[in-house]
Amino acid sequence: MTIQFNDETFRDDYSFHNSDRAIQRFPFPFHEDSYMYSVNMERHKGGPEGSVYEMRFDVDEHYLAEMKDRAMVLAEDPLRCQSLPHMTLAGWDLLELIMVSKSEDYPDLFELHREGSNWRWINRPMGIDQSFVFMDEASLPYGPMEYITRQAQGDFCILDQRDDNLWMDAGMVTTQADWSLDFDIGMNFFEWHAPVPKAHEMGIFVRALKFLLNIQQGSPARRLNWTLTVNPLLDTSPENYHKWGVQKTTLTPENLGRKQHLRVELQTFFRLPRSNALVFPIRCYLIAFEDLVSVPKWGRRLHRVLRDIPDELATYKGFIDNRPMLVDYLSQYDDGAETSPGVWPD
Amino acid sequence: MPNFEFPASIKSRPVYGRLEPRKGKFHLMIADGEGAEALIELAAADGALMAKSHIIYIPRDTGAGFAEKLTALGPAQLYIGPSYPAAVPRLRRVLADAHMGLQVYLTGTEGLMGQAMNEAMAAGIPHSAIQTEHRGSLARRMQCVHCKGITEDVMTDPFVCSHCGLHLFVRDHYSRRLAAFQGVRVDAEDPGNIPDPVELYS
Ligand code: HEM
Repeated sequence: MTIQFNDETFRDDYSFHNSDRAIQRFPFPFHEDSYMYSVNMERHKGGPEGSVYEMRFDVDEHYLAEMKDRAMVLAEDPLRCQSLPHMTLAGWDLLELIMVSKSEDYPDLFELHREGSNWRWINRPMGIDQSFVFMDEASLPYGPMEYITRQAQGDFCILDQRDDNLWMDAGMVTTQADWSLDFDIGMNFFEWHAPVPKAHEMGIFVRALKFLLNIQQGSPARRLNWTLTVNPLLDTSPENYHKWGVQKTTLTPENLGRKQHLRVELQTFFRLPRSNALVFPIRCYLIAFEDLVSVPKWGRRLHRVLRDIPDELATYKGFIDNRPMLVDYLSQYDDGAETSPGVWPD
Repeated sequence: MPNFEFPASIKSRPVYGRLEPRKGKFHLMIADGEGAEALIELAAADGALMAKSHIIYIPRDTGAGFAEKLTALGPAQLYIGPSYPAAVPRLRRVLADAHMGLQVYLTGTEGLMGQAMNEAMAAGIPHSAIQTEHRGSLARRMQCVHCKGITEDVMTDPFVCSHCGLHLFVRDHYSRRLAAFQGVRVDAEDPGNIPDPVELYS
């Protein structure tokens, strides 16, 4: 299948849009009519054909526009990409994982040729043809993690595993839901999750960490997380919150369907072979409410979820002030009919 | 002055203990302000300790009184410095020479303890050989998440970033690497609507 890449922006005029296909394959995160934190993890071993779960690293119509946006964020703020000195090996592990996966999963878009340590990487959509020496940093224009994640959608955290904990010791983070890599780098699993309400008391992080520490090479896992974003803005960083925060106040009942987006993160977890680190890709999918409600089940369900979500979660996710307007809008699409179990459209 | 009981907080926020004399040939004590009182209590708990101790002390706004009392404890070495940054080159030199088994005692403000902790860890001192005890000012060392500038001795919430001038609210989220809490623009969603500053923990 060839992908038609969109010419679109995630800032200024916000020309981002989803095709019908992108709407149909959107990873709607709610399998029932209510939401609470849970240890929602499963094996990442593919999924229905055409779904975002099918490939190890999903490439979609937003690929080129997202990579342009990332380059702009990095030009403005290089601190969004950092790697502590002991994480270079894990960076090579990640480069290999992405190059091998993408060239196998999308042979028409990506090619990898390997002769010993002499590698050649071809990224057709981005027009890149790079010969380099694997494990030789001087042979690439950036460090290995930065090099490959400038060509891969989604944020990436690389976690060092030691003392029965995970340490956020490297990352490429330009599309985050309001947390700072520069602030969190070097923290452990419990420290970087400190601001999350309720989940600590529910024992979720203790159980989740146990699961993650045991992830084996070749058996990746995945989960979904979600929040809401006004305008299709990828860079909802705390660094720039003083600029984008005010956009939340621009919602009106008339523009809400177009401006308000559900933001879903497909989070995956891969063990890396040489470093024994864990890589945590966080792939962000955006959908405007007006597109989301074109799937009747999703419209009904999102209405019920947002109406009933505990205040603490609505506050943490940053939409408590807009919630009444959102629920009002969505109520038009909820006829009270029963919804079928599971996330898929009926 | 009694120890302040910090209210329960989130998991990135450091917690501090009470200094206790440890066994060992070499002891390094780094203190500021009322942290001197904790050192005086240490000396009282173990009369032999000070003769094996190097004290690095920054009086902050406490005048000369504590410096005299620390001198009277008879430490092996005593340095009184005008500010923490001024003391850092010396601290690094001392840590570079650290012997196996060195015991480190940090006491005073959170900013001093957090920064000195990083110096000690960077020098390879094991976590288990470092003790902390909060004394004195409740001021916080804050990083502005927007401009990345550090504002020392923040006493109110919100406060003004000493670098970019934005009004920031004080989070409990804490980075040990930066030895700082996070400050975030308070009026981002309603520019100009800045709440009156309130003294921390009041
Ligand atoms: C090791 C990989 C992981 C990394 C790097 C990571 C990172 C993060 C970060 C940086 C935040 C934002 C915290 C803030 O407010 O500053 C967050 C939120 C959160 N994380 Fe994780 N996380 C990981 C794995 C998990 C797992 C396995 C779970 C399983 C339950 C989980 C559950 C959550 C939840 C519930 C939130 C709050 C999200 C929201 O309500 O929007 N995380 N995570």
